[in-house]
Amino acid sequence: MALINESFFSAEGLEKRLAGKKFWKVMMTEYWIPKDINFLWAMGVVLATTFSILIVSGIFLLMYYKPDTALAFDSVNYTIMQEVSYGWLFRHMHGVAASVVFLIIYIHMFTGIYYGSYKKGREMIWISGMLLFVTFSAEGFSGYMLPWGQMSYWAAAVITNLFAGGSLEAWGLVEWIRGGFTVGDATLTRFFMLHVFLIPLVIIGVIVLHFYTLRIPHVNNQTSEDIDYDAEAEKYLAGNKKESKVIPFWPVFLSKDFAVLGIFFIFYFYLVFFNYDFAMDPVNFDPANSMKTPTHIYPEWYFLWSYETLRGPFFDMLGMKAGDIGLMIFALAQVIFVVFPFLDRDPDVLPAHKRPRFFIWFWIMILDLLVLSVYGKLPPLGANSLVGFVATGLFLLLWVSLPFITKADAKARGAL
Amino acid sequence: MRELKVLAILVFFTGILYWGVEPYAHSQMHKHVEPADFTFSDIKDVRDGKVGNVAAGKSLIVDQFQCQSCHSMTVDGKKIGASMNLGVVTPDLTTAGLIYNEKFLAAFIANPAKASHVAHKMVDGKTHPMTSFDLNYDGTFGDDDAQGVADIVAFLKSIAPKEITNKEAFSAACQRCHGAKYGDFRFDGTKSSMSAKTPDASILKYMGTIPPDLSQMIRSRGHEYLEEFINEPAKHLEGTAMPRVGLNQEAQEQVVAYLEEIGDSSKDKRAELGPKFLGYLVIFALFAWLWKAKIWRHIH
Amino acid sequence: MSNTNRRDFLGMSFAAVAAVGGAASLVGMKQAWDPLPSVLAAGFTTIDLAKAELKPGEPKTFKWRGKPIFVLEMTKQQIADADAEGLPKEYHLNLNDKTYTLVIGICTHLGCIPAWKGIKWKCACHGGEFNPSGKQIFGPPPKPFVVPPFKVDGMVLTLGETGPESKAMIAARA
Repeated sequence: MALINESFFSAEGLEKRLAGKKFWKVMMTEYWIPKDINFLWAMGVVLATTFSILIVSGIFLLMYYKPDTALAFDSVNYTIMQEVSYGWLFRHMHGVAASVVFLIIYIHMFTGIYYGSYKKGREMIWISGMLLFVTFSAEGFSGYMLPWGQMSYWAAAVITNLFAGGSLEAWGLVEWIRGGFTVGDATLTRFFMLHVFLIPLVIIGVIVLHFYTLRIPHVNNQTSEDIDYDAEAEKYLAGNKKESKVIPFWPVFLSKDFAVLGIFFIFYFYLVFFNYDFAMDPVNFDPANSMKTPTHIYPEWYFLWSYETLRGPFFDMLGMKAGDIGLMIFALAQVIFVVFPFLDRDPDVLPAHKRPRFFIWFWIMILDLLVLSVYGKLPPLGANSLVGFVATGLFLLLWVSLPFITKADAKARGAL
Repeated sequence: MRELKVLAILVFFTGILYWGVEPYAHSQMHKHVEPADFTFSDIKDVRDGKVGNVAAGKSLIVDQFQCQSCHSMTVDGKKIGASMNLGVVTPDLTTAGLIYNEKFLAAFIANPAKASHVAHKMVDGKTHPMTSFDLNYDGTFGDDDAQGVADIVAFLKSIAPKEITNKEAFSAACQRCHGAKYGDFRFDGTKSSMSAKTPDASILKYMGTIPPDLSQMIRSRGHEYLEEFINEPAKHLEGTAMPRVGLNQEAQEQVVAYLEEIGDSSKDKRAELGPKFLGYLVIFALFAWLWKAKIWRHIH
Repeated sequence: MSNTNRRDFLGMSFAAVAAVGGAASLVGMKQAWDPLPSVLAAGFTTIDLAKAELKPGEPKTFKWRGKPIFVLEMTKQQIADADAEGLPKEYHLNLNDKTYTLVIGICTHLGCIPAWKGIKWKCACHGGEFNPSGKQIFGPPPKPFVVPPFKVDGMVLTLGETGPESKAMIAARA
C-alpha cells in the first residue's frame, strides 16, 4: 500500500484517502446518459424514492406494530392510526406507496419493452429488473398480511393454499409454509420477518445489481440509437453541450428527475390524504375471522391480471382439471416476462413504433392486461367468467406468437 | 409536445384501469339500495289516532309495572326498575323517547318482533323476550292497548333528556349487543367500559352469532352504507338477526358520528394537513421545474 | 448562457425549499417518537392511606410508573429521632395526626432497591443505608430517597401530580 503523508485533517488528505472527488465524477458528473429521453426515463428515480418512502414510513410503523394475531389489528388501527402522532400519516403513506410503487414498476417495465431496452447487452438489466418485480410482489404480499384484517387473512389462506399444487395435493408443503395447519400466529410472525428484514435486504441487493448491470450497456434512448459514449462525452466536456448526444447524470439527468418527482409527489400525496381506498381496502378494516370468508375477496389491483389467469380456465380441458390449468398459467404468468429478451427474435434495437407488428402486439398486450385486471376484480359470475377465459387464452397466445411476429418484423426490414 | 402525448396515453390507460378496478367493480359488487327511510313508511301507527296522556303513561309504568319489570329508567331523578339479561341485556329507557322514531316506538311496544323485523327468527318455539303489549291479556291488540301504548310513548318522551352525547346515543341504542372497544381501549387486559353489555355466551345463544365490535365499522363500511344499514339492516344483510332499531334521523346521525369519533379520529387532522402539504408540494414542483428548465436551456 | 462560476441561485433556492420539507418531516418524525397519550395517562396511581392497613414502623411498597414507592407510618420513637436530628416538619407527610415517610424506593447511589431491615433501609448492592425518614446515613448514597410528585385529597394520595405537600417535602431535601 502506498502510504499517504497528507494529514487526515486536511482537504487533500481526506481526498487521497476516500477519493470523494473521483467517486463524484464516476457516479455523477461523468456518468453519461443519452440526451434524447422523455419523462418516462425518470421512473427509476421515482421508484427509488418510493422505496425510500416505504422504508422510512415502515420504520415508524415498526415502532408500534405488534406481530401477534391477538394484538396486530389493534396495534395498527388503534395505536398507530389514532394514538401515535402522525401515525395515520405514516400508515397511509406506507399503504398508498406500496400500491403506487407497482404502477410505477409497470410503467417502467413497459417503457423498457417499448424501446427494446431488454436486449443486445441489456438482458441482465431486464432480468434483475424482473427479479425486483418478483421480490416487490413478495414484499407486498407479506406486508398485506400484517394488519391482520379479513383481506390479510383470506389472501394469505388462498395464496398459501396454491402451494398444494392443485391435484398434487402437497398439503405438507402448505403446512410447512404456514408453520401450522391454518394461517395463524406462526404464519404472521414469519411473514413479519420476511417483510421487515429478509426481503428488504434482498431487494436492496438486487437494486445494487440492477444499477451495476446498467453501467456498461448504458441507459437506452428514444430512438434506441447506439451511441458512441466516449466521443459524445468528450464533446460535452469540451463545452459542446448542445451538440453532444449525452448528458451527465448530475446535474442534468437528475434535474429532470426532480421535476418529475415534483409532479409525482402531488399525485401521490393527493392519494395519501384524499383517495386511498384503492390501496387500503375497506374490507381489511374488519378484523380477521378464520370462520367467515368475506363475500368478495380479491387481491390488490397489481395482482389482479395474474389472479384472473388463475380463474380464467373454469372448465376441465385436455385431460386436466380446470384448477390445475389455472394454477399452471398463474405460475407461468409470474415469471414469463423474464424470458422476454429470448423470445424476441428481432436482432435490432428499435422503439415499438418502428416495428409494425410488434407495435400491435404491444398494445394488444396492454389491453389484454387491462381486461384481465378489471375482470380479476369482478365477481366470477355469468359472462365475466367467459371474458376471463378469452382474455387468459389471448395472454398465452401473445407469448406464443412473440417469436414469430418479431422475426417477421426483422425479415420485412431486411435484418434477417 | 411528444412528452405530453406520452403523458396523455399514460393518464388515459391508468384512468381506465382505476375506473374498472374501483368505481365500476365496486358498483358491481354492491348493488344500489334505497336510501334510509326515516318516516318508517311501512309501519302503520298502532296508536290509531289516540292522544297519549303522560300521567296515565307514568301510572302504567310506575304503578302497574309495565316495562319496569324488565327495564330500568330514571323518573323524577330516581332510578326505577332494573336491567336484566334475557338473552340480551335489556336497555335503559331514559333516552328512548328522544332517540327512537315515535311511530316505530309505538309499533315496537305493541309487537316487538314484528316492528324490529326479527319475526323470521322466532321459530322452533323461540319467542322474543319482550312480550307484545296486551293490557287485558285477551290475546288481541284492542283500543285499550292503543291508548296504553300512546300513553307510554308520551311518558317516555316526557322523561327523556333534551340532548345526549354521541356516546350516550350509541350506548343506549347499540351497546347491549355491540362492543365499541376503541371508545375505551384497555392495554392492561381489564374489561373496557365500551364492550357489549350482554355477555358473549348469552348473545350467541340468543342470536346465533356474536355481533361484531363496531370500532372500525366507519372505515370498513363507510357513511353511506351505515346510514342505509342501521335504518334497515335487512336491506344489506338479508335474513340477518340484527333487529331494525328504529332510530330517528338525529339519533342515527349521532350514532354514526360516534363511530367516526372512535374509528377514524384522525380524519380532521387529515383534512387539515392535506391542503397544506399539497400546497408545499406545488411550490416544490415549481422550483424543481424552474431549475430543470434552467439547466436544460444550455443542453438543447 | 451558462457561466459555471455564477452562483446557481435557482438551484440553491430549490435546495432550500426541499430542506424546509425535510425539516418539517423530521419534526413529524420526532413527534412520532413521543410517549403515547395512554402511556402518559397511565402515569397516575392512587393510594388510599385509610384503606392501606399500614402498621406504624412497618413500611409498605406500592408501584408508580414502574417504580417502588415506600410508605412508612412513623412510630412515636421514629418521629422523636427525626426531631432530634433536626429534620423540619415538612420533611415528612403529615396527615390526620399521623406522620408518614413517602419516597421512591430507589437507592440514590446506583439505582438498586434497598430492603427494610427492621429499623432502617439497607441496600444490598453497595451497603448504603437510609433511616426511617428516608435520609441517607451510611455508605455511598449521596442523597436521601427522592420524593415523588403527589397530591393529597383527604387520605387519598394521587401520585403523578404535584401538590403543596410534595413540593414542601422536595424543598426540605434541597
